[in-house]
Amino acid sequence: MAAPGVLTETPAETPDDPALAAARAEPLRAPPGRAQWILGGVVGAFLLAYPLVFDQPYQQHVLIMIFIYALMAQGWNVLAGYCGQISLGQAVFFGIGAYSAAFLFSNFGISPWLGMAVGVVVSMVVALLIGLPTFRLKGHYFAIATLVIGEIAQTVFINWEYVGGATGIWIPIEREAPWFAFQFHDSKLPYYYIGLGFLVLASLCVYWLTHSRSGLYFRAIREEPEAASSLGIDVTRYKLVAIMVSAAFTSVAGSLFTQYILVIDPETVFPLILSILVVLMTMLGGVGTLWGPIIGAAVLFPLSEATRIYFGGSGGAEDLMIYGALILLISIFYPRGLIGLVDKITGRGSHA
Amino acid sequence: MLEVANLTKRFGGLVANDDISFDVAEGEILGLIGPNGAGKSTLFDLIAGSQAPDEGDVRFEGRSLLGLRPDQINRLGIARTFQKLKPFEKMTVEENVMVGIMQHTANMSKARDHALETLNFVGLLEKRRAHAGTLSTGQRKRLELARAMATRPRLLLLDEVTGGVDQRSIPGLIALIERLRGAGLTLIVIEHNMQVLMSLADRVVALHLGAKIAQGTPEEIQADPRIIESYLGTAYA
Amino acid sequence: MTTEIILQTIISGLLMGFIYALVAAGLSLIFGLMEIVNFAHGEFMMLSMYAAFWLYTFFGLDPLFAIPVCVALLFGLGVATHYGIIRHILDAPVMVQITATFGLAIFLRSLAQFLWSPDFRTIPDPIVAGRIEVMGIFIGVPQLVASFGCILAFAFLYLFINRTETGMALQATAQDREAASLMGIQPDRMYALGWGIGSACVAVAGVLLTSYYFIFPEVGVIFALIAYVAVAMGGFGSLIGALVAGVLIGLVEALGGLLIDPAYKYVIIFVMYLGIVLVRPKGLFGRY
Repeated sequence: MAAPGVLTETPAETPDDPALAAARAEPLRAPPGRAQWILGGVVGAFLLAYPLVFDQPYQQHVLIMIFIYALMAQGWNVLAGYCGQISLGQAVFFGIGAYSAAFLFSNFGISPWLGMAVGVVVSMVVALLIGLPTFRLKGHYFAIATLVIGEIAQTVFINWEYVGGATGIWIPIEREAPWFAFQFHDSKLPYYYIGLGFLVLASLCVYWLTHSRSGLYFRAIREEPEAASSLGIDVTRYKLVAIMVSAAFTSVAGSLFTQYILVIDPETVFPLILSILVVLMTMLGGVGTLWGPIIGAAVLFPLSEATRIYFGGSGGAEDLMIYGALILLISIFYPRGLIGLVDKITGRGSHA
Repeated sequence: MLEVANLTKRFGGLVANDDISFDVAEGEILGLIGPNGAGKSTLFDLIAGSQAPDEGDVRFEGRSLLGLRPDQINRLGIARTFQKLKPFEKMTVEENVMVGIMQHTANMSKARDHALETLNFVGLLEKRRAHAGTLSTGQRKRLELARAMATRPRLLLLDEVTGGVDQRSIPGLIALIERLRGAGLTLIVIEHNMQVLMSLADRVVALHLGAKIAQGTPEEIQADPRIIESYLGTAYA
Repeated sequence: MTTEIILQTIISGLLMGFIYALVAAGLSLIFGLMEIVNFAHGEFMMLSMYAAFWLYTFFGLDPLFAIPVCVALLFGLGVATHYGIIRHILDAPVMVQITATFGLAIFLRSLAQFLWSPDFRTIPDPIVAGRIEVMGIFIGVPQLVASFGCILAFAFLYLFINRTETGMALQATAQDREAASLMGIQPDRMYALGWGIGSACVAVAGVLLTSYYFIFPEVGVIFALIAYVAVAMGGFGSLIGALVAGVLIGLVEALGGLLIDPAYKYVIIFVMYLGIVLVRPKGLFGRY
C-alpha cells in the first residue's frame, strides 16, 4: 500500500468512528446464501451424473454442444458483457482454435491438445492485434470494425489453399490412441466431461476475474470510459486483457468443436451466424452475469435443434427467423435477459 | 506546483483557450471564474489530459504533462471532477470510490477500507451500498469528489462542485473543501457561486472568451471593472 | 492490360460507387439523426428489390416505373421501424441498439428466404438494356442509368437536407434534440422522417439495380457491409463523406479486382477502411 493517504490526517475524524468501524466490518460481498449453495450442488450433481443416466448418444450430444456454445458465450460475455465492447466478430477466434487443432494434427501429427494450446496463443495474439488499433473506436464504430474483420477472416480462409481452402480439413480418424489424438469413438463420455471441465474452468476464471480489480475496472470502462481514465485506469490495456481472455475461451471452444465433429471448413467455423449466436445466447441468458451465457446456451441450443427437427431442415431459414425475432424482442423488452427476468420476479436488485 | 504556460486550444474557428498562463503554488486554492463559454472546463481538459493543447505547456512539479494520457496524469497526482457528472451508475457508491483507490493497491479488502474512509470524509458512508444511479444531485457531487479524492491526488481540479446543489448544503461543501486543503491538497476550483469563491479562494484567475483577463486576490477581482464587464456587459463596468 | 481495360474498370467502378454512395447516404442520415446504425439497411434494400421483382412479375411493371412505388413502400417500412422498434431503444445502451437492428436484419433476411426461396431471380426484359460504346469502352446501359439515378437521388437528398425547412429541422434535431424540441420541432417525427428518407434512398438504389443485378435473400449483406464501411470511412452523419467514400470504394473494388485478385476485392476494401478509420477515427468528414 502506498504512503498513508492525505485523508488520514484530517482533524475532524475520530480514530474510532463507530459507524466507520461497523462499515469496515461488513464482508466485501455477500457470501452465497444457503439456497445458492444447494442450487449449485444440485446442478453440479445433475451435470456430473447426466451422461450416466441419459446414455443415448443424442442426449449427450445436446449437452456437449451446449458446453461448447456456453464456452464461446462466456468468452463474449467477458469482452462485451463485463467490459462493454460489443464485438460482432467472435467467430474469428473460434475458427483459429478450430483450425489450429485440425491443421496441426492432420498435417504434422501433433496432438490436438497441443494444437488447442497453440490456438489459444495465436488467438490471443490476433486479439491483441485486433484490439490495439480498433479500441480507439467507440460503440458502433468498433462493432462494425469487428464485423468487417470477421468477414476478412472468413474470406482469407476460404482462399487459403494451404489449410484446405473452401473444402476445409477432414481430420484423419485415429482409433488407437484416443487420448493423444483427442478423438473418442467408443463413447461420448470423454467429450462430455472434457467439455464440462473447460466450461467450469472458464466460469471459475470469470468469477475470479470479475471479483478482482480487473473486474471492477472492466465495469467502470463499460459504464464511463472517460471517467475511468481520469481515475487512473489505463483503459486500452484493460480492454486488451478482456479481448485476449475472450479470445482464449472462444478458441478453446473452437478446438473442442473440431475434435468432436472431426471436419471443419471456413463456412462452419468462421461464419457471421456464429458471431450472432454468441451475442444472442448471452443476451438471452443475461449479459454481464456469470450464469447468463450458460443459461442462454442451454436454452438456445435445444431450441435451435427443435426448430431444425420440426421444420425439417429445409435450408435453415426458419430457425434463423426465430433467432432474428428473438434477438429483436429481447432487445426491446428484456435486454437484461432471463436472469434479469428472474431478478425482477424475485424482487432482487440488479446483478452485475 | 503547477505551471500553465501559453495554453491555446482551438476547435475549428473557435478559440476555446487563448494563450493562458498562470501558476499554482502548493497548498493554495486557486479560483477560476468566467462566464459560460469562457473556456474554464476546456482548461481543465487540457491540464488533466483529456484534450491536447494546440500550443503551450503544462508543467506539474517541474515535469511537462504534454502527450500524457489522462490516466497517466492522474497517477502522477492530479485528479479532477467533471461538471457533467459521470458516476458509474450500475455500480455501488462504495465500488465507485474503490475504482480510484485501486491504482494504489490490488487488494479488494484494503481498497474497500480506504473507500469507506473516503466516503466517511465526504459524508456518504450511509449510502455506500446504494447504486450510484439512485443518488440525488448533491450526493452525486459528493460522490464525484470522493472518487477523485480516492486517487490520492496532490492537486485537485474541481469543476463547479456547487452547481445544482441546494443552498443548505453549500456551507457543508465549503467546509469539506477547506478540510481537503487542511489535509495537504492544492486545489483549482471553477466556481460561479461568488459566496463560495470568496470564502475559499486564495487567489483568482478570471477568463473571458478564452483569454485570461485578470488575476489577483478575491477582493481585487471583485472590484475589477473588467470582471464585472465580462459577466454583465459594458453597461455595468 | 490495355488502357481500354483499365479505363473500363475505372468507369464501372465509378458507376457502382455512386450506387454505394446513395446506400451509404441513407445510413448516414439515420446515424446522424440519432446515433443508431441500422444494421438492417441491406435487408431494406433487398426488400425493395424483391418488391420491384414481384411488381414486374405480376403487373409487368418495369423497374423504372416501380421506383415510386418502392420508394413509398420502403418509406413506410422505415417509418414503421422507427415507431415499432427504434422508439423503444433510443435511450438503451449501445449494445441493445446494435442487437435490435441486427436481429431485425436476420429476421428479414431469413423471412425472404422462407417466403421466396434462396433462388436467384432476375428481371429478364427491362426497359433499360444493352450497351453503349464510347471510344472503345463499353458501358452497360442499366449500369449507367442506375448510377445516374442514384446521383440524381443523392442530389435531391442533399438539397432537401440543406435547402428546405424540413431538412433544416432534421439537421437541428440531429445536433441537439432538446433545443430542437424547444423550437417547436417534434424530435419523434423527425426521427421517423429520417428513417423514412434513409430507407427510401436505399429503395431507389435497390430498384435501379434490379435491371441488371441478381435478386436473392442475401443480396443486401454485401451492400450493407460496404455501406457501413463507407459511412464509417466518410464519417457518420456526413452526406459528402458518404459520397466520397462510396465512390472511392467502387473504384477500389473494381481496380482491386482487376489488378490484384477478384476473390480478395472485398478484403482490400475492408483493409483500406481499417487503415483510414484508424488514422482518423471519425472518418474523413465525420463529426462524431
